[in-house]
Amino acid sequence: MNLEKVIFGFFIVFAATLNFGFFIGEIDNPAHHDIYELFAAVVVNLIATVLKFGDRTQIGAIHLATSLVADLQLLAAAMVWGYVVHVAGTGLTPTTMSSIVSLSGGALFANVVSVVILIAETIMQRR
Amino acid sequence: MNSTPTSTIFLVLRRLRTPLIVLIVIFAVSVLGLTLVPGPPDPNGGGPGPRMSFFHAVYFISYTATTIGFGEIPYAFSEQQRLWTLLCIYLSVIGWAYTLGTVFAMLQDKNFLNAIAVQRFSRQVRHLREPFFLVCGYGETGRLICHALDELGFRAVVIELDETRVGDLELQSYSADMPALCADAGKPDTLVFAGLTSKYCRGVIALTNDDGTNLAVAIAARLLAPALPALCRAEHAETVANMASFGTRHIINPFEKFGEYMALALHSPAAYHLLLWLTGLPGTTITRHREPPYGKWVLCGYGAFGRVMTQALEGAGLPVTIIDRAPPIDPSHTWIKGDGTGVEALRAAGIADAVGIVAATANDVNNLSTVVTARELNPRLFTVLRQNHVANHTLFEAFESDFAMVPSEIVAHECLAILTTPLLAPFLNAVRRADDNWSQQLLDELTERFGWDVPMVWSVTLNIAQAPSAYRLLMRHDSLRLGQLLRAPVTGRPPLECRALLLLREGDPPHLLPGDDQDIRLGDQLLLVGLEAARKDLDLTLFNAHTLSYVLTGQDSPGGLVWEWLAARRRAGTT
Repeated sequence: MNLEKVIFGFFIVFAATLNFGFFIGEIDNPAHHDIYELFAAVVVNLIATVLKFGDRTQIGAIHLATSLVADLQLLAAAMVWGYVVHVAGTGLTPTTMSSIVSLSGGALFANVVSVVILIAETIMQRR
Repeated sequence: MNSTPTSTIFLVLRRLRTPLIVLIVIFAVSVLGLTLVPGPPDPNGGGPGPRMSFFHAVYFISYTATTIGFGEIPYAFSEQQRLWTLLCIYLSVIGWAYTLGTVFAMLQDKNFLNAIAVQRFSRQVRHLREPFFLVCGYGETGRLICHALDELGFRAVVIELDETRVGDLELQSYSADMPALCADAGKPDTLVFAGLTSKYCRGVIALTNDDGTNLAVAIAARLLAPALPALCRAEHAETVANMASFGTRHIINPFEKFGEYMALALHSPAAYHLLLWLTGLPGTTITRHREPPYGKWVLCGYGAFGRVMTQALEGAGLPVTIIDRAPPIDPSHTWIKGDGTGVEALRAAGIADAVGIVAATANDVNNLSTVVTARELNPRLFTVLRQNHVANHTLFEAFESDFAMVPSEIVAHECLAILTTPLLAPFLNAVRRADDNWSQQLLDELTERFGWDVPMVWSVTLNIAQAPSAYRLLMRHDSLRLGQLLRAPVTGRPPLECRALLLLREGDPPHLLPGDDQDIRLGDQLLLVGLEAARKDLDLTLFNAHTLSYVLTGQDSPGGLVWEWLAARRRAGTT
């Protein structure tokens, strides 16, 4: 067992679970989607991305790519949230809420791919 | 393939992994804390004030952490918020200090700088879109070669182990940029980065002062780029044998080369001068030497060079007395054990009745001292001096020896002759075999016409690539004489200031000094010597069909379909 591998796996799975936790619920109901959970998902995703830096293998490259996609989607969701509340002033209407949650849904898909790669990589290794 | 040239970005990313994570965590903790701490209480009374939203928290932390510090926006903070902000400020300072420290440490890291240098170098080489030569070793010889290549309009890529010499190369004012890398040329990977396998590479020149490295370059060139000519310097007989064993095309041993020159100068002074004149460095003038006399010779220092010189002198039937500090190695020679710089040893060797002296040690100062002492004892002596370092040039110039042997110059001459005019080698071989009268006649004729400045020596192949207009003409009708071709494309068509030295035709023996009535066929290779203007004129003739037809007929062809047709009608009308 290798501590580095534990931390790496932990952050990837944690990013996916937080993302899922935020995503689950009625898509247009603000009560089902907590802002702190979105914040945690963004931070953990960013850390997972940085952990994937510097791996030159093909699998490492795909890992990094999926993480970057998830970051982009989650940051977009956070920005939409900030915009509708503070700039546009419309507040969390069902329309804006569903667009935020669907953006995070895209990130969830990328995170699921990341987890699948992680599992595939683990199964491939015979050690 | 080695992955070093592409890895800099990954190296940066990997080194920055921890600082980046630290920054993200600090940022996240600060923002989160700010959204949880209660804000200022409502002035109208009531409970604790509203908490900060994520939007405002990210905004506040962004300008605080980057030390911009706009103040307490959007409203004056509560005491709890101030307490938390205090913590955030110090956290973020620690985060940035750590990150910047890591970045600067990385920028000063030797490995990192090296990785960047290799990457930049291999990118420069990859983007070269013109023929270049790969020069390994930028010592005295390397510098001469690079200057000459630059003058001839070729690019060079340089690999040199010594950092200061690479710096020196950057200070030289070459007309073209010469990519240089500070690395060991003996490693095949380095050679590949330097463009050994590139299709623009025209040749490899191994000139390092280490025979082992030159050998490594030779074998790498043989295996990775078998079609490329490799020129390798070798000073020890074993290295020469080793290089020859796997088919290195050109092995240059400066001592042996000079021994050959010496033997040639003894055997045929005119041939020797002809050879010097033809292979000189571009832009220099050849001075005539006194002819080495026949009689008794004295040689100081029986090393690699001394051995070769002894062979050359004894080959010409001259007795040689050797002075060396070591006890006699070879009992077949007259051997004086002693110091060649002292009067006793020179007297004991019989300097008074000798005709010449060779100072052949590896020490420049000792060599000079020997010859100066010897000349005092016998002013008519013919002196042959070995000069090991170009830096001592002034001293050797002041002494005015009859023969100065400078290894770096000999290697440079030889390399340039091989690289730029491959046809020169068969001609020079013919010169070496010819008798002295023939050489003398040729030398007189050529130097009278072109002077003692080193001339332009070049070769031309009559094919579609090098001579398209002549090629098309020869495809149509079959007779073209050399005298017709070698005329200037100006009024009166005077003969060009050049002379054909050699004509090579497949299936025929080499034809020396072809005359004006020599007929020319497709695929002929010509070696020419002359002035640079003549070369340009001939190139124009061989490339441009109009110039060629003017040179052959003395009439300007009209050019263009309509005018050609009209001219043909006029000619038909007059006949």
